[in-house]
Amino acid sequence: MSETTDRNGTGPAAARDERQTTAVIGSAGGRRIGGGRRGGRRPGGRRKHGPGAEQQMVPEAEFTSYYGRPIVKPSPWEKDIPIYLFAGGLAAGSSLLAAGADLTGRPALRRTGRFGALAALSVSMVALVHDLGKPSRFLNMLRVAKLTSPMSVGTWILSIYGPFAGAAAAAEAVAMLPPGRRVGPLRLLPLLHRPAGLMAGLAAPPVAAYTAVLLADTATPSWHAAFKELPFVFVGSAAAASAGLGLVGAPVAETGPARRLAVGGAVLELAAEQQMERSMGITAEPLHEGKAGRLMRAAKALTVVGAIGAAVSGRSRALSALSGAALMAGSACTRFGIFEAGQASALDPKYIVVPQRERLAREGPVRYEE
Amino acid sequence: MIGGKNSLFGPVDATANSGYGDDHPPRKGFFTDTSICIGCKACEVACKEWNDVPADHFDMTASSYDNSHSLNANQWRHVAFIEQPKRLGAQDPGLRAPQVTDLGMPTARPSDTLTVEEGEQTDDTKPDFRWLMSSDVCKHCTHAACLDVCPTGSLFRSEFGTVVVQDDICNGCGYCVAACPYGVIERRRAPDGAKNVGIAQKCTLCYDRLGAGQTPACAQACPTESIQFGDVEELRERASTRVAQLHEAGIMDARLYGNDPEDGVGGAGAFFLLLDEPEVYGLPPDPVVTTKDLPQMFNRASTAAFTLLAGAALAFVGRRR
Repeated sequence: MSETTDRNGTGPAAARDERQTTAVIGSAGGRRIGGGRRGGRRPGGRRKHGPGAEQQMVPEAEFTSYYGRPIVKPSPWEKDIPIYLFAGGLAAGSSLLAAGADLTGRPALRRTGRFGALAALSVSMVALVHDLGKPSRFLNMLRVAKLTSPMSVGTWILSIYGPFAGAAAAAEAVAMLPPGRRVGPLRLLPLLHRPAGLMAGLAAPPVAAYTAVLLADTATPSWHAAFKELPFVFVGSAAAASAGLGLVGAPVAETGPARRLAVGGAVLELAAEQQMERSMGITAEPLHEGKAGRLMRAAKALTVVGAIGAAVSGRSRALSALSGAALMAGSACTRFGIFEAGQASALDPKYIVVPQRERLAREGPVRYEE
Repeated sequence: MIGGKNSLFGPVDATANSGYGDDHPPRKGFFTDTSICIGCKACEVACKEWNDVPADHFDMTASSYDNSHSLNANQWRHVAFIEQPKRLGAQDPGLRAPQVTDLGMPTARPSDTLTVEEGEQTDDTKPDFRWLMSSDVCKHCTHAACLDVCPTGSLFRSEFGTVVVQDDICNGCGYCVAACPYGVIERRRAPDGAKNVGIAQKCTLCYDRLGAGQTPACAQACPTESIQFGDVEELRERASTRVAQLHEAGIMDARLYGNDPEDGVGGAGAFFLLLDEPEVYGLPPDPVVTTKDLPQMFNRASTAAFTLLAGAALAFVGRRR
């Protein structure tokens, strides 16, 4: 039985049979194949909140497909990529915090930011290389610079950002050595410490924002439909996560800016996410269902709790650290949730056929106009 | 690369846009006329044989006669079998039993069924379902999302206007897989030991055969000429003639798909004559290359990046703590 009829299945059995026939005529069999539910999205997943508990964004639509099989392919990416997205955002925000802390004389926050940025950047690089299979394949990305490929653009953004972030962290490490141990070229590093840190801070915002374009420039329905708001969700999430790391790593005397950034980032992330779901139409559904739905709900809860904690935790180191951890976990859940929602949307032909049919009914076929 | 005004969307000469001079051969492509496909799968087999594409499964889908599932890394041609509870159209094969002279011989059958009068065969005797068969393939789009997003330059536009993957440059990032609006290209996962596992794979329109002036293997093997190979310009004319012919014969469901150079992908190098809506065949109803929105995406991302920078700066303004 097709999902469409399943979801409407509240009427008497006879009426259901009739609808099924209609669906069968329309959908070349209409049945889902056994393995077609790899994404694990349950039919009627939204109804578990009880009738009327969640307002439907769009009416249930009839659609036809080829035996319910996917039309576009889900990306072959696995956990590596959401880890990469999270770590990239964390690194970028940390470099910004470190640069600000450096300029305003907050050494512990600066140290946390610089070490955090390097650690997160290393994690993202390991994740990327693991996804590619072997390190030498990363070099193939440096063959070309292609503006039409967000991945190529991102590679070059990282290639500019990475060395500055690395140099800033190295300078930080050297500064921690006793003066007698700073020998040879190590003596030069402290000279780089402020310029490298500031350059890393300047190169950081594109690192946090480009990953949204990376996801949006695909045929994956729930990623592409989000392209207007996703960059704001991601930079908000990056700000919240890195501010969270600052709260974990620096004493309360220095974390004022981190707390303000945490609240600002969380508000931006949640507001942009809300706006995004409104503009996505039917492709927002996967954000509420199955694994992605659980992750997105966890992301919201953790981000809200973390932001409130950050706002009120002025004097307590323990509460600050807890809030910071919640913010980081919330950011990670956001990345994993949006990733999973996209993968699920690619596996269900409904999210290709229904929006395109609606657009055809509204505007006619997409044609080039002078 | 972003070159001319129409390099992301709109009608453009794909080959010239990619930097080939005037001396390149005309754009080559496929016109697949599904109205005469008999589902023999000769194209699938010929493609696998010529291109050394491994088989990595042999199982039935249990929902139709389709046993090759989809276009994927190990399936560069895929014949879809659609069983529809719909009567056949006004197709008349003209194969009625010949008039038999009644010699008055004894017969086991009642005499009133001996001869079939002209026109006596009513719709009741036709099957109440029809099969649609369609050999799908990479569309070799004018604006190819896979090619646009490839970060290594592994995917390139050939001198024939087709889109080809270079195995030795592809780094297996999988971006093209998610970018294709038709779900054609895929990273090869299996079988173990096959060449190019982990590398993106798809139809090359038999680039090696084209270079030698040959016809792609699938088109050469097609016994009904459902798959026609040639210059895209000429194929488009052939396709409009054929669809007009079918409309004249009363088959009003016949339509062309992917032939319009002003459509969402700038026209496909491989286009189709279909007898039902595209989604019935597993094709997107109105695909658009996602890079059409890319300038807007980068603008939004730049605004977001600036917001982050400004926000971080603001966080340091104000109280000392």
